[in-house]
Amino acid sequence: MNAIEISGLVKDYGPRRAVDGLDLTIREGELLSLLGVNGAGKTTTIKILSCLLPPTQGSVTVLGHPLGRENAAIKALIGVSPQETAVAEHLTVLENLDFLAGVHGLTGVRGKARVNEVLDQFSLAPVARQRAATLSGGWQRRLSIAMALIGQPRILFLDEPTLGLDVLARQELWQVIRSLQGKVTILLTTHYMEEAQALSDRVCIMNQGRRQALGTPEKLIRQTGTDRLEDAFLRIVTGGTAQ
Amino acid sequence: MTRTLLFAQRTAREILREPINLFFGLGFPVVLLLLLSAIQHNVPVPLFEPASLTPGIALFGLSFLSLFSAQLIAKDRESAFLLRLFTTPLTPFNYILGYILPLLPMALAQSGLCYLTALLLGLAPSASILLVILAALPSSLVFLAVGLLCGSLLSVKAAGGLCGALLTNLTAWLSGAWFDVSLVGGPFEAAANALPFLHGTLLGRAILAGTPAAEHLLWMLGYGIVFLMLAIWAFRRQMHRV
Repeated sequence: MNAIEISGLVKDYGPRRAVDGLDLTIREGELLSLLGVNGAGKTTTIKILSCLLPPTQGSVTVLGHPLGRENAAIKALIGVSPQETAVAEHLTVLENLDFLAGVHGLTGVRGKARVNEVLDQFSLAPVARQRAATLSGGWQRRLSIAMALIGQPRILFLDEPTLGLDVLARQELWQVIRSLQGKVTILLTTHYMEEAQALSDRVCIMNQGRRQALGTPEKLIRQTGTDRLEDAFLRIVTGGTAQ
Repeated sequence: MTRTLLFAQRTAREILREPINLFFGLGFPVVLLLLLSAIQHNVPVPLFEPASLTPGIALFGLSFLSLFSAQLIAKDRESAFLLRLFTTPLTPFNYILGYILPLLPMALAQSGLCYLTALLLGLAPSASILLVILAALPSSLVFLAVGLLCGSLLSVKAAGGLCGALLTNLTAWLSGAWFDVSLVGGPFEAAANALPFLHGTLLGRAILAGTPAAEHLLWMLGYGIVFLMLAIWAFRRQMHRV
């Protein structure tokens, strides 16, 4: 089954077109990275898919639910980790997770069990009683992704999850993301090409709101005659081709 | 309702865990009462008698609720915490009640502390004190709605400036808490009569004195409902402008 089906998606902000006729299908369990320079339309696409913005044109289906008509059903199936860490600063790690679990209807014994499961999965137990504001950037990111996953979503949107993290923290988060691969459909945006190459099943390169290339990292590298995804990306967005 | 209560609990924790909120919310109005009562002690004319002073100070204290609520909402917007929540099954009903509900007991606590202090300073004990504490609820609706409105429209800095400086000053000057606005007269008195702050003070004084208070209660409820409608409109509007 396809997790997400996007057809002819358009989003206009006044006279500016942010997404321009995007067609894309994401399979269940797949990790797809959306790549592009700033303003390519990646974040806008994620915002539309996560019911934050209405599209101007086009159709989107999320796990069989048409976007716009069945947003409540879609919201129950997705988890979003925004670009910003987006945690409740004065709440502890445990309280943040507990709160989000409750929001997703996981209360009482079920909620507690799920919170403990996620604390273990993300190795957050040592900081469970620490307020979110006192955590380092790496731990806050980890908490942010844990909060996105607490409701047991079938689709996870990660918008630049390792932005501003040091190498060690980034590697640790990659481990976490790898542990989810195959179990959850993941749509990830990133500016780090090595991250996309290391994690993605497929990559979609966007430029000026349009899909410019789609395929596995290896395929795009091969098609552009380069050695690394970063070089392939540069060739594609500066005028080279790949399909 | 469970989701609303969860959100309300989170709001309460965020506000109560900020020590400066506790000082301004609970301590500052009490300090003012003590200070002005000390002045009263040293002047021969009745300037700051507890029965006249306390309703105004209690109302002034409520103005800080706008600041707490506006800053929390604006911070939730700026930190993308609200954006995260907008992708969850929470509804506008959950958000609006979740931001407002926890501040109502805070308004009662704040008002209760003011009147408790006033009793210690010589306010005559009576059953009407319980009623006047309850009157903090309609009065607080005005300030909570303004907080929700400002938090939905403004940045953290602007919301802090508007609610922390402008609104508290408007409440201080136009509520008639420390002086009779008719002594100034003219446009000042007209503005005070047209805005809710003076009516909030007069509502408290009327309840304490056992005189008719319905007119002032209607003023507060009217303003509260209008501001709340505006706040709900502003909050829903920004939900679609992420």
